[in-house]
Amino acid sequence: MKQTRISLLALGIVALSGGGALAEGDVALYNWGEYIEPEILIRFEAETGIHVTMDTYDSNEAMLASLKAGKLGQYDLAIPGDYMVDIMRNEGMLDTFEPSDLTNFGNILPQYIDVPFDPGRHSTIPYLTGTTSFAVDRNKFKGDINSLALLFNPPEELKGKINVLDAQNDVLALASMYLGIPQCTSDRDQLRALNDMLQNAKKDWASFGSDNSREVLVSGDVTLSMTWSGYSARARDEGANVEWAYPKEGYIMWMDNVVLLKDAPNRENALKFMNFLLEPEIGAANTNYAKYAPVLKGEKPFLDEKIANAPESNPPADHPGTFVQSCSEEVQVVYDKIWANLKK
Amino acid sequence: MAGDMQSARGTSRLYQGKGPWLLLPAWAVIGIFLLLPVCLIVVYSFLTKEFHGGVIPEPSLAAYDQFFFDRGIFGDDPPRIEWNYIEIYLLSFLQAGLATLFCLVIGLPSAWYIATRPIRLRQMLILVITVPYWVNLLIRTISLKFLIRDEGPMNAFLQWTGLLDHPLHLVNTSYAVQLGLFYSYLPFMVLPIFASAERFDIALSEASADLYSTKWQTFRLITLPTIWPGVVAGSILVFVPSLGAFLAPNLLGGAKTYMIGSLIDEQFKGAAGNWPFGAAAATILMSVVLVVLILNARSQIKLKGAG
Amino acid sequence: MRRSGLRDMPGFAQIFGLCVFLLYTPLIVIAVYSFNASSSITIWSGFTLDWYKEVFTGIDSQKYRDAAVNSLLVAVIASALSTVMALAAAVGMLRAGSFRGRSISFGLIGLPLLVPEIVTAVASLIFFSFLGLSGSFLTVLIAHTVFCIPFAYLPISARMQDIPDLYETAATDLYATKWQAFRLILLPMLLPGIVSGYLLSFIVSLDDFLITNFVKGNGFETLPTVIFGAVRTGIRPNIMAMSSLLLLISIVLVLLSYLIGRQGREKFRI
Repeated sequence: MKQTRISLLALGIVALSGGGALAEGDVALYNWGEYIEPEILIRFEAETGIHVTMDTYDSNEAMLASLKAGKLGQYDLAIPGDYMVDIMRNEGMLDTFEPSDLTNFGNILPQYIDVPFDPGRHSTIPYLTGTTSFAVDRNKFKGDINSLALLFNPPEELKGKINVLDAQNDVLALASMYLGIPQCTSDRDQLRALNDMLQNAKKDWASFGSDNSREVLVSGDVTLSMTWSGYSARARDEGANVEWAYPKEGYIMWMDNVVLLKDAPNRENALKFMNFLLEPEIGAANTNYAKYAPVLKGEKPFLDEKIANAPESNPPADHPGTFVQSCSEEVQVVYDKIWANLKK
Repeated sequence: MAGDMQSARGTSRLYQGKGPWLLLPAWAVIGIFLLLPVCLIVVYSFLTKEFHGGVIPEPSLAAYDQFFFDRGIFGDDPPRIEWNYIEIYLLSFLQAGLATLFCLVIGLPSAWYIATRPIRLRQMLILVITVPYWVNLLIRTISLKFLIRDEGPMNAFLQWTGLLDHPLHLVNTSYAVQLGLFYSYLPFMVLPIFASAERFDIALSEASADLYSTKWQTFRLITLPTIWPGVVAGSILVFVPSLGAFLAPNLLGGAKTYMIGSLIDEQFKGAAGNWPFGAAAATILMSVVLVVLILNARSQIKLKGAG
Repeated sequence: MRRSGLRDMPGFAQIFGLCVFLLYTPLIVIAVYSFNASSSITIWSGFTLDWYKEVFTGIDSQKYRDAAVNSLLVAVIASALSTVMALAAAVGMLRAGSFRGRSISFGLIGLPLLVPEIVTAVASLIFFSFLGLSGSFLTVLIAHTVFCIPFAYLPISARMQDIPDLYETAATDLYATKWQAFRLILLPMLLPGIVSGYLLSFIVSLDDFLITNFVKGNGFETLPTVIFGAVRTGIRPNIMAMSSLLLLISIVLVLLSYLIGRQGREKFRI
């Protein structure tokens, strides 16, 4: 990691001293906090003269709310998760481009081009990807961790030792996989079963928490934490003996994407920045920084070995994860009820 | 009533007729930049929800219906009274009330102690109380959680002293929420009480002490009435923000039970995206608290009128 | 001045000690773990100065410094503005007899306190967008000034209720102008209330995340928005290091002002 950083900085300095870094305007990026390697911005400005200004949000829905409340038109790019891309398209918040506008488009891993939320990639490019399931403290639990039953119908020794993400979409998606029912089902019996199952599971859970879903593992407060793959890898870095589960019933795959927003004030510069992010070395710098999984061909040589080889970055090829779907309004209303029942 | 007020309790007619002018800046700033936007939110609570946030400008009572009536998870059972949200509100009021009480128990003696120190020390001590709050609340709350963990320093210490033989389980309980609220809002109680306790005519209480009243009698009969405005102000400043707090319940309480703050939060920046319902929940909260505040102000004015 | 027995209520010193202990223990944890080699706050894995180095020389250090400056600037100005308005409002409420809308005014001044933060955040953003004000220092400053007003108002009015107007009346009877009576009599007596109100507004402004995050514009960050934003990757100990530094600076300033003040004459009482 250190090496990538240094080489990036060196390149940046070379580019700077090469001159030509005149003010070429801005590009406005709306991003999660601490979610882009800072050197990337420096190097982009050095190479193109375009300055990246950045604003941050702390959840997909918070971003959606603030765009709806009037911020649309202030940003060129945002970085929503997969299901949120769908929602934003339905809201008419996305602009489109031609893949041929981006010379580096071919660097995207082929399996990430025809994604369900943007087939062929006309509004988005992939940013980082990861999985959502759960991590288990192996010092405390020795049994088989290959099933979502650990989360929703835990054995005695895990009861009261479980943290669950405070995120409706993720919890209901995993719960549906556990019951073997389709996501966003409109079948009433299935929805009722989903509600009952969660009501029953809640008593075995110690807490809901997202931001702290890593810390509770490291501290040993819980034995099992539903969390994001990057958090699990970080927990191991910090000394916790955790194992990441790819449950047999299924697990969530998620992908954050750079989207071109409608009414982007600097559309041309935004496309340049998207193209820049598709360079393997840049993508790798980001992967190393955020500790999630790569989305580009050719990132391998630039990746930290630890990240490249972490079990969290290598889901089983024969058992891929599933994207969270955005439900229809009728089903979403029921989902909201189920969630409210769970949190009352 | 109010018109006959004398100069009791610091009210006076010295600036008679200037009242509206003096209040104008605060009225204008709050009126324009908060009251108008909030009126908009109140209007939103009576509109139809738009999928994934926002509103459709068609009048609807659906948000209030959802708050007060339970129609099952599919929305077509016969309506019953919905106790969920009412319970959330009552629980939040109880939590906030207890937090206020604890802040008062610790804050009042602390404020009094500070106010009775020599002047220089007094200035320093009041800063000693506020300086910790320069560190971000999130960081402080994380640190507090670390301290009270089952295997954390607090339990290690208590077990070492032999006071306990097994760890005191606090994290993810409502006791932890209480502690968090207390810790978040303590100076909001101390500073107003300090402000009114720092009396220039302490001679009054000294006279009382000279007349052989006990310390506690003097404190109860002379001191407490004079610092009462500070106690009221401090209680408002702890109670009302505690109602909407979300860090303490979420981080320390494990977020297993909604409090008002997280319930409303979820409607605007959670998956529900139900702005009218969030707006209705907020409107109900604001109406209840506003009525209490105004009644309180009126009764104070009346009291003064009588005095 | 003669010392009264009332100055030393039994047990009060101990409670104050407990209060300080409770307030500072979590801060000691933060300070200790800012030297922790691991990026977790629960596992100690050796001593390091890396996080402090990162605060000063890290690639992000400029961003954090800017955020700290922004936070302090907003807090200083917003709490000053709100304290002045709160002071005027308190005089209007308590020194101007009765007038129509007086008790409603109390509700209006308390309004920022009782609107849930997320509602203020969304409503302000909608309103600012409607006015065509895009997010900037100005929008953040306005929003902070508004929600600081009750925090400044309540200590000031609590103080003012303790001050009978006979001093001011006496002064005006002796041909002082109202302004002189205010400046020379009421204002000095109100100082503890004003200081308390200012300090409360200051810490409230310094801590605000939600409202700031919605109304701030592109590229403008305050400390809380930098800290809270880090959900995808988690909070790192450089925040602990920065918090400890901030704390250290403020403690040194407090001690200095105490020591310097001790040498000077006790000219003013607050």
